[in-house]
Amino acid sequence: MTRLALAAALCLLAAAPVQAADDEFRLVLQDHRFQPDELVLPAGKKVTLVVENRDATPEEFESKALGREKVVAGKSTAKILVGPLKPGRYPFAGEYNEKTAQGVIVVR
Amino acid sequence: MLAATVIVFREVLEAALLIGIVAAATRTVPGRNRWLAAGMLAGLAGAGAVALGTARIAELAGGIGQELFNAAVLGIAVAMLAWHNLWMSSHGAALAADARSVGSAISGGRRECSVLLVVVGLAVLREGAETVLFLYGIAASEGGASLPMLAGGLAGIAAGVAVGYLLYAGLLRIPLRWLFAATGVLVLFLAAGMASQAARFLIQADVVPSLAAPLWDTSTLLPQTSIAGTLLHSLVGYEAQPAGMQILFYLVALVAIGSGMLWVQRNGVPSARREAAS
Repeated sequence: MTRLALAAALCLLAAAPVQAADDEFRLVLQDHRFQPDELVLPAGKKVTLVVENRDATPEEFESKALGREKVVAGKSTAKILVGPLKPGRYPFAGEYNEKTAQGVIVVR
Repeated sequence: MLAATVIVFREVLEAALLIGIVAAATRTVPGRNRWLAAGMLAGLAGAGAVALGTARIAELAGGIGQELFNAAVLGIAVAMLAWHNLWMSSHGAALAADARSVGSAISGGRRECSVLLVVVGLAVLREGAETVLFLYGIAASEGGASLPMLAGGLAGIAAGVAVGYLLYAGLLRIPLRWLFAATGVLVLFLAAGMASQAARFLIQADVVPSLAAPLWDTSTLLPQTSIAGTLLHSLVGYEAQPAGMQILFYLVALVAIGSGMLWVQRNGVPSARREAAS
């Protein structure tokens, strides 16, 4: 199954440049806070979240509502594909600094 | 401090429960302690390596390296747990009948031990890497290491290990005859839960479609972050907002491994039959 998944992933990679960068939305992490902490996304569409971690320490972007979790190393940027989403509010957080790193995605 | 304890506890719990269950399941397999220890050490070393290489891994495969890596680790773990359960189904009766002497004579006992090593190693690697990153983040945060936070993290590790040990000790109270049936069922659900997690990473990597996300939402009824939710997530793969594809992976793993266990129990595997005849 793993091999199948990898093969599928490779096929996808070949096709990736065509669909890349169509809808990118940026989130910046600084001092363990998300900027902006409220992000509006379009409904019914696949979009890419670009999470830039300007802190020196790693952070885990996590959203149970979105079904996403991804570790973003310090001083680096990660892309997370989300959607298509129904209209609504989808909270997210940085798991390693939950007190400050909180935000919500609003889908319209 | 408490926040750190909770986060680390959550990460450690899953690996600790898995180790508690497989340790109980293989209690009569000779030399299993050494293999368990080796698995944990290898897992810790791997966790350190993965934590160090986080940025590298993430960049692989055009930015979905982390997702594919996690899915692959989970996929291998599911396969190993399936093998373990099939092996226990065919040898469990013999192991229970004469716990002391039969173990070493059973063919595949050694292979079972290496499977054990891989399962334990992968569990520690996956959960350990995130714990290492978190603790590193605390230690390296501006203004120097926050000692209470680090202490909180260590308390989280201790609490996770304690719960795993409690489960192990509890399982050991079950008579051998029933123990293997109990651990078999526990491992079956662990494996299904891992298959569902693998599906989540494959969805995130856009390798498979989500098929309705979420399929249901019980996050207000039983939040995954509550104690009961966390335990259920670790033991049977409970998720408050799962995607349809996750449920599909879960059910396929459950049915495939479960029916394999029943089949082996009824018919035996060829090697086991030969042994019985000789």
